[in-house]
Amino acid sequence: MKAAFDFHGGIHPAYNKETTAGLPAEELPLQEKYIVPLSQSLGAAGNPVVERGTEVLKGQLLAEPGGFVSVPIHAPTSGKVSKIDNFPHPSGRMMTALEITADGEDRWIDGCGPLRDFENMKPDAIKKAIWDAGIVGMGGAAFPTHVKLSPPKEKPIDTLIINGAECEPYLTADHRIMVEHAEEVISGARLMAKVIGVERIIVGIERNKPDAIDKMLSLADGIEVEALHVVYPQGSEKQLIYALLGRSVPTGGLPMDVGVLVQNVGTAMAAYNACAFGYPLIERIITVTGSGIAQPKNLKVRVGTLVSDIVQYCGGLSRNTMKAVMGGPMMGIGQHTLDVPVMKGTSGMVFLTAGEVTLFRSDPCIRCAACVEACPMGLLPTVISSYSVNSMFDTAQEYHAMDCIECGCCSYSCPSHIPLVQNIRRAKAEILSKQKKAS
Amino acid sequence: MILTTVLTLAAIGLLAGIGLGAAAKIFAVYIDPRVEQIEAVLPQYNCGACGYAGCSDYAKAVVEGENPNLCAPGGPVTNQQVSGIMGAEVVEQEKMVAFVLCAGNNTLATKKYIYNGVADCNSADLVGGGDKACSYGCLGLGSCVLACDFEAIVIEDGLARILPDMCTGCKACVPACPKNIIKMIPASRSVHVVCSSQDKGPVVRKICKVGCIGCKRCTKDIPNEEIFMVDTLAVVDYSKSLRSDAPAKVCPTDSIQVIETEFTESIITPEPVEQAAAQEERA
Repeated sequence: MKAAFDFHGGIHPAYNKETTAGLPAEELPLQEKYIVPLSQSLGAAGNPVVERGTEVLKGQLLAEPGGFVSVPIHAPTSGKVSKIDNFPHPSGRMMTALEITADGEDRWIDGCGPLRDFENMKPDAIKKAIWDAGIVGMGGAAFPTHVKLSPPKEKPIDTLIINGAECEPYLTADHRIMVEHAEEVISGARLMAKVIGVERIIVGIERNKPDAIDKMLSLADGIEVEALHVVYPQGSEKQLIYALLGRSVPTGGLPMDVGVLVQNVGTAMAAYNACAFGYPLIERIITVTGSGIAQPKNLKVRVGTLVSDIVQYCGGLSRNTMKAVMGGPMMGIGQHTLDVPVMKGTSGMVFLTAGEVTLFRSDPCIRCAACVEACPMGLLPTVISSYSVNSMFDTAQEYHAMDCIECGCCSYSCPSHIPLVQNIRRAKAEILSKQKKAS
Repeated sequence: MILTTVLTLAAIGLLAGIGLGAAAKIFAVYIDPRVEQIEAVLPQYNCGACGYAGCSDYAKAVVEGENPNLCAPGGPVTNQQVSGIMGAEVVEQEKMVAFVLCAGNNTLATKKYIYNGVADCNSADLVGGGDKACSYGCLGLGSCVLACDFEAIVIEDGLARILPDMCTGCKACVPACPKNIIKMIPASRSVHVVCSSQDKGPVVRKICKVGCIGCKRCTKDIPNEEIFMVDTLAVVDYSKSLRSDAPAKVCPTDSIQVIETEFTESIITPEPVEQAAAQEERA
């Protein structure tokens, strides 16, 4: 192991991972109902291929991809499609989803099952298996994996990075995956490396997960395992690439511009399951934690499981629970109802209590530059935010608003509690809609 | 001594005067006197409703052939004057005002969460579409108020309301609304469907007390051409004059309202006999 590079900025929030870090992932018992949204990843939503009343088997195709940047969606269990309607979506809006009423038998569709000869699969076959399984980036952004595995010819890739940093406070799902499913992660990483034809695979893990590092090291034959500094946002693609390789992704660019592909450990495991068993992505490991939940747990849940069912299994919420966040507390989305389903990109649910949630109250900027110090992208958050507040979106764009990764370091470090990220997000939305209009 | 000084200065003054006079003649720029005349009658709000960067710019454009009837804040009076200066035909224009197609205030519409962020509708809209349970409704954070140069919009109990006597029809508020529920309507209309929700009836009923539930009573029970259905939403066709308050009386959720102002036409209440006859005819 060599010393890792340090990226600029970042913060050190309270990690609160010890609650669940040592808990093996339990399997959530079969539920009566699952809500499977058609829109679960970046890109186009799926087009349903079943109707109301259709009997489906576990793993059966429910929706076809709506384009290249889109993935198919599969049934989480066997049962009946009881409704196709608008349901609450983790984004906060109502969106089309399929309600599956389970028949309790949990019968697999034909074609999924015994171990196959995955080691001799051709690159194209691996990529097709990954697309057919509906795999998306499982670290949170939910970008379709097969798209990432199809870089243009003029951008050769030399390194595959497996992201096990898990820098979001509270979450321990990736940690458990690395401890409990290390073989699958490594096999999955090798499969993906084969697709893009690279030799070098690096697994990056933050130092606060020594058992995961040990486990991966013990299995990593020819794979580099690097221990990373514990700093948020270490798990962000661009920061991770810099920390491991010292390469900077150019402004507006993608990791492929510096010859790198980054995949989450959960994605690697899903890729292995897709190639070795033909399993579609219908299950994932999530962390249910925070002081608001009675029994914090790491859980293996089906995609489409309602958060309310998970809360019930974990012993319910305490009375002073103030906020339910899907994902980590830094970048997760606050939920207004527990009737939202777990999606492919959901890494956890964090329940915060009254003492941990502060209400918005902001003072004028005192020009202390704490946000500038904290920004891992080297931006001037306060400047972009001010331009956004004054509707000067063109100027905000000149200050590289579009390079903001919305990690929240600036808002976290601002002594005046200015909602910098929300203002910058506003600017990004305005810039995008203007670009859309222009094209 | 003094004499020399006085003479020198006088000579310099004379030369400079002749120079300036000559320059004024040689480098003179012809300005159409009508530009100044038009500028004088324009209201000088510089609101941009005409599509030009201020009144002065519009005055120039009119002289160069632009439509002389574009000044919304000035209204018919100004447009007549401008047309008069240009010698163009005076076009009769209706006073247009902005109108918010939502009546779901904090009392009547439910909220889905406590919004705790930037007090601006566009920013709130990024957080799951805002805190209103209805995804079509007014967020009441006043992005339109900020856009209005004429203090014509007020927020009352979490709902934007436009004051027709202050509204000049400049349309600045229309694009400011992220929900796109501010429409320009003739000021003379008094019967409105104060809802923009495309949700189905049961959903609307659950989240708003003044939402249109798409029962179609306003179009079926009272035969008229002024109100039509867009899926599950009744919509007023403002190009037609609607002076009967019958649709408002028949609406079960009060989402059709009669709002009278100093500009509105008088309201006619049709006799119940006519309604009964119409119903019979339909039956």
